[in-house]
Amino acid sequence: METILEISGVGKNFGGFTALEGVDLKVASGERLGLIGPNGSGKTTLINCISGALFNDGGSIRFNGSEVSRKPAHERTRLGIARSFQIPRPFRSMTVLENLMVPFAYVCGISGNKARAEAREILGHMGLADKADVLSSQLSQVELRKMELARAMAARPKLLISDEAMAGLAGAEVDEVIKILFELNAMGITIIMIEHIMQAVMSFSQRVVCLDAGRIICEGSPQEVVKNPHVQRAYLGH
Amino acid sequence: MNPFKFWIPACLLTLLLVLLAYSGINEYLFFAGFVVLQGIVLASAWNILGGYAGYVNFGVPAFVATGAYSALVVFKALGAPLLVQILAGALFAGLLGLGVGLLSLRLRGIFFSIATVAVIFILETVVLNWRFVGGATGLQLTKPEPSFGFESYTRMLFAVMALMSLVAVAISRYLQYSHIGQGLRALRDSEEAAECSGVPTLRLKVIACTISGALLGAGGAPMPMYLSFIEPASSFNLSYAISALAMPIIGGIGHWAGPVIGGLLLGSLQQYVTVTISSELNVLVVGVLLVLFVVIAPDGILGWIKSWKRSSK
Amino acid sequence: MFFSLDLLFEAVLFGLLLGGFYAAVSLGLSVSFGLLDIPHVAHPALLILGAYATYMLAGTGIDPILCGLLLTPVFFVLGVVLYRFYYETFEKRGSDAGVRGLAFFFGLAFIIEVGLIIAFGADQRGVEAPYIGSSYELGDYRIPYRMLAAFGVAILVTIALSTYFSKTFTGRAIKAVGQDEGALRLMGANPVRIKQLAFGIATAVNALAGAVLIVIGPVEPSMDRLYIGRTFCVVVLAGLGSMSGTLVAGLILGIAESVVMMMLGASWAPAVSFGLLLVVLGLRPQGLFGR
Repeated sequence: METILEISGVGKNFGGFTALEGVDLKVASGERLGLIGPNGSGKTTLINCISGALFNDGGSIRFNGSEVSRKPAHERTRLGIARSFQIPRPFRSMTVLENLMVPFAYVCGISGNKARAEAREILGHMGLADKADVLSSQLSQVELRKMELARAMAARPKLLISDEAMAGLAGAEVDEVIKILFELNAMGITIIMIEHIMQAVMSFSQRVVCLDAGRIICEGSPQEVVKNPHVQRAYLGH
Repeated sequence: MNPFKFWIPACLLTLLLVLLAYSGINEYLFFAGFVVLQGIVLASAWNILGGYAGYVNFGVPAFVATGAYSALVVFKALGAPLLVQILAGALFAGLLGLGVGLLSLRLRGIFFSIATVAVIFILETVVLNWRFVGGATGLQLTKPEPSFGFESYTRMLFAVMALMSLVAVAISRYLQYSHIGQGLRALRDSEEAAECSGVPTLRLKVIACTISGALLGAGGAPMPMYLSFIEPASSFNLSYAISALAMPIIGGIGHWAGPVIGGLLLGSLQQYVTVTISSELNVLVVGVLLVLFVVIAPDGILGWIKSWKRSSK
Repeated sequence: MFFSLDLLFEAVLFGLLLGGFYAAVSLGLSVSFGLLDIPHVAHPALLILGAYATYMLAGTGIDPILCGLLLTPVFFVLGVVLYRFYYETFEKRGSDAGVRGLAFFFGLAFIIEVGLIIAFGADQRGVEAPYIGSSYELGDYRIPYRMLAAFGVAILVTIALSTYFSKTFTGRAIKAVGQDEGALRLMGANPVRIKQLAFGIATAVNALAGAVLIVIGPVEPSMDRLYIGRTFCVVVLAGLGSMSGTLVAGLILGIAESVVMMMLGASWAPAVSFGLLLVVLGLRPQGLFGR
């Protein structure tokens, strides 16, 4: 199996506070990886370091073999790393369709009718086809989450990081989003999922990694990790 | 978005204004008209960074003064004609925009704005200590004879400013509908999401800041000729700061037509108030209108028009 | 560079006192921008307004610093009203408060500055008091009493605010509201009222700080632009939201400015605060004591 993402010895400090320390992680191409850990364990910080929203202090991040840890976020997106945000960040002044046109233009270099057609196709997959010309500021929570994923998809990523895409959603809505993620994975996209909803993590992930206080404390199949005493203490002890 | 719908009326209007400058109308119309047109240039320039990208420049006087003083320097040192003065003003103010942008556009919006206040102080200190440009007392100038057959230099400046308005509005319109404009809008709405969508946010912001600065400088370059003198107090005048902000906000930020509407309305109002009451009150009125519009009509007059159109459907 | 150790010591001493003053005028901003994250670029303008209000009240013969104290309830109400206004217009709608919020406060600052010019003219105004003009002799050095007064006020207000924020329920709620509104709501406190209270306090402090400002030296309406650099520099250097940090940061700025002025002259003073601000933002944006 090819390694698409290799993180070695990555750390991140904020002033005196150590958010990440000595994180090593290998993600195989096409894998479905679940990332769990209690609040404040450093999950979002790790994601930010991978996507380029933050620069890591020390260690290396290699994507498809090349070192990306000093590259700005927009370059990493062009290389194939896409992410959705925990709190959706739509381009509020634009319609749903126009939101997707931005990554089409800036990552794939396509615009005009070709881009619009492809955008509608993606929206169709996500079940947002009828909202294409609606202002993104008027979408519901679950629609926004879907649009986040659709927009990430428009960048034609090789690796997609879904940051708590299901937070605050109800049962059926969670299933909708999981279904979409499975479909994306079936198309060959590697997916890292951060979630608190254990059910989702268990059913979706092939492998699960658990973070606590900035370090990886456990790694393995979903069943193994969930039973691990360190993991249980991390969640209950906080 | 038919280009002819814009270009034909715009060029005709500009042509009309230029021809007007050859007519025998009262000189005062051109004196005041110059200021109104300059307002449109400055407002359009501000809108490129403030409206399109969402970064608020408080230091407009610094850029306008850079334009004015650059024009003065090339005039005094090289006897340069008006066109070269304007290009010099645009060049140096553009460089200033580039520098300020590179230094402070990595920071949050509010810190960029404060950095633009710093620029005013720094530049004012430089000018005050520079004897060649007259320092604190300033310089008197003799205008050369007007060219192109204009009766007076003021009329020529009016025509020049009409052309400059066309250029500023055209550039602003082009940017809005271009690839760059799309990226700027995305980063204005959410800088993080824009980065993750492949938009090189810093690069675009710096480009917008440079173009904005250059246009502000171009707008300020004719000032020494217009007033026949130059001094720090009027070049760094605070009214530039508030007008360049108020006009786009009142007209409608984020769209090229906003500064034009705001510039015409506010500019004319300002001329009226200055003449009938006082110039301090004029500035106060602008400030109050700015706050009123920000609170009540955030999308400006264009926003009113849009919602009126929508409700009448 | 040719300077004497004596001059340097005097500059540092003066800088300490000046720094205390800078801390005093920045405390309000530490609350409104540091804790509440409001883009309050009108803070210096309110400071100058406080100075002019003191000027007017002091005309009746009351001691200037006492005037400042008397004005605090008035400014508290002003702050509450302003925040309410800001909240109803911006925070509630959650829209692009970025440009509009900045434009709002800029417009407000502008209106205050121009209003003061129209009311008082552009020249300087000062006040008189027994401790203005005389100094305390400490060996070879003279310490102006008015600087001591400013320093004293700064220390007292810092201690008062620090204690308030750490010991009282509402005070701690204010500290918390910037970080976690949700938790606060769960505790039964209303975040909007908490923020309102905080902004009121921040503005009230400006009344007293304004009095100190006019005691230190004459004021003119255009000073708010200069103080934008100083107050934001102190607040950022301190680390957003730290009261005691504000005092330390103020002292650092005071000493830096004083030494630079001694070496290069007074026209370099603005460059120090703006320059230091940019340096801090570039190297250590969380400041000295920031979270």
